[in-house]
Amino acid sequence: MSRTTQFRTSRPGSLSRRAALTFLIALPLAACSAGSGDGADASADDASDSGAADATAADTLTVTDPWVKAAEEGMTAAFGTLVNGTGADLVLIAVTTPATERVELHETTADGSGGMSMQEKEGGFEIPAGEELVLEPGGNHIMLMDLPQPLLPGDEMELTLVFSEGTEHPFTATVKDFAGAQEHYVPEDAENTSDGGGEHAGHGADE
Amino acid sequence: MTPSTPDPLDSDDPRPRRPGRRQLLLAGTAGAGVLGVGAAAIGLDRSLQGPAPSAAPALHGNETVPFHGEHQAGIETPAPASATFLALDLREDVDREGLLRLLRLLTDDAARLTQGRSALADTEPELAAEPAALTVTVGFGPGLLERADREIPAWLAPLPAFEIDALQEQYTGGDLLLQIAAEDPLTVSHAARMLLKDARAFTRVRWVQRGFRRSPGIQAPGSTMRNLFGQMDGSANPQLGSEHFAKVVWIDEGPFAGGTSMVIRRIRMELDGWDEADRAAREQSTGTRLADGAPLSGGSEFSQPDFEAVSENGFAVIPEFAHLRRARGVDEGEHQEIFRRPYNYDVPPPAGSTAISEAGQLFVAFQADLAGQFVPIQQRLADLDLLNQWTTPIGSAVFAIPPGCAEGEFVGQSVLE
Repeated sequence: MSRTTQFRTSRPGSLSRRAALTFLIALPLAACSAGSGDGADASADDASDSGAADATAADTLTVTDPWVKAAEEGMTAAFGTLVNGTGADLVLIAVTTPATERVELHETTADGSGGMSMQEKEGGFEIPAGEELVLEPGGNHIMLMDLPQPLLPGDEMELTLVFSEGTEHPFTATVKDFAGAQEHYVPEDAENTSDGGGEHAGHGADE
Repeated sequence: MTPSTPDPLDSDDPRPRRPGRRQLLLAGTAGAGVLGVGAAAIGLDRSLQGPAPSAAPALHGNETVPFHGEHQAGIETPAPASATFLALDLREDVDREGLLRLLRLLTDDAARLTQGRSALADTEPELAAEPAALTVTVGFGPGLLERADREIPAWLAPLPAFEIDALQEQYTGGDLLLQIAAEDPLTVSHAARMLLKDARAFTRVRWVQRGFRRSPGIQAPGSTMRNLFGQMDGSANPQLGSEHFAKVVWIDEGPFAGGTSMVIRRIRMELDGWDEADRAAREQSTGTRLADGAPLSGGSEFSQPDFEAVSENGFAVIPEFAHLRRARGVDEGEHQEIFRRPYNYDVPPPAGSTAISEAGQLFVAFQADLAGQFVPIQQRLADLDLLNQWTTPIGSAVFAIPPGCAEGEFVGQSVLE
């Protein structure tokens, strides 16, 4: 089973678990701002003119190996690699998920005392055409906060990437038991200082 | 390699053959007749050129065994050098839904790692880069099926208590089995650790048993393994990829169709006592020659034993108590077969012990019909087998091996859904 899922575009909405497990999912290309002829669309048209095979390879935003750290409550994070094959520069400005209403894009930087701290990424993540954005423990990540329900190991979780030009890319991530990703969160309010995805997260069951 | 015929090199040669780069490299000297034209040509090329001093050694790290297919890998695929067997017990609050989540995680890990890809959230992805023919085989104990609210096959239970047994709880039973095997112990260790990390939320480790066989590149592929008594062990096995194998091993109907039953028994071998047995006694105990595994009645390793043959003194050449004779049911007029895929173990003696070694065999057998094939053989051997003098079963477990899965499915899906 491959965890590489490809989406040729943007169709907000849920995917069945069955579909998420399928090797490759391709959705019809259609921008949310239909007919606007923005950069992404134009380049997509160009690519599709040059041949179907190229179009598949070149016109996609790909989310490779997406996963979310299991958490009983509080906060956790989503990871994976976003490959911008759309031919246009993209800016990831938000992520939405049915799992929680509160999602932020975070970057991790040196905190000046030898450790790393994470904070919200102002203006979102730029992903130039042809480049990739790696979201990983200890680095940039999608922060999920105020979880209303536990995220259990082996769950499949739906997320949607929202880009500045209005396109959306849904994908499905696997929830994994993970001991790391213990970055200190620089909070706006002190109540959120504990890392909800901390060491007991996901050991679930009867501990 | 199609799922139904894991070994593409079908031939009349009774010995199982191991596909892969090693076979190609050995082809020039080991008889290329049964190999494909391309493979034979490559082997011949190499042998004609002779050993080039600067030639890179054959590497096995990149060898892969397909994960998806009709049957799970790790049974009708050549047994690699290193294996870890893990028996896990489900945590009390894991329900059916939790089980499915667990199996999806384990399946995804196995599908990736066996193909040389790191697992999702793998913290040591570099250790996944050389799969070394890694296979991961999943088995279900009765406790798992009960938890999944699925019917437990009548045969999926502890074996009957045999008189020879001295079972220790620490090597017995289990809800879920993982057989993790590769040509390299580091690959096995990483895969086991990764699988255990994903199983941790659902299970506790019940037992861990590690075993070894010959390293790759030591013997011609398909050679019968020798155990720590120095005996050829497994000569009577059905040939991988044959119809015969399918008949002996694969269940053909019901929820486990395409799967099989697995027995794993930890057999302690009393090497100190074996040291006292002279060569003639050793050969009498098995009914085979130590040098080449041939039956004492003559021929070669794969010759049919002549159980009627008698010596000048009127004694059976293959004695009544010989392991070979007892296993085959000669004197009972029975005949059952199983497929053995054993590993050796050699671990430190218990603390405080005066023993110089603690060694034996992880006896692993697969058969379509546990009660009809395995149990009668084991019962006969328990009743009489001179080898029992030097061997003691100290662990025993039975698992149901579900069939293989297709991409997008998880192992055991057809059984549990």
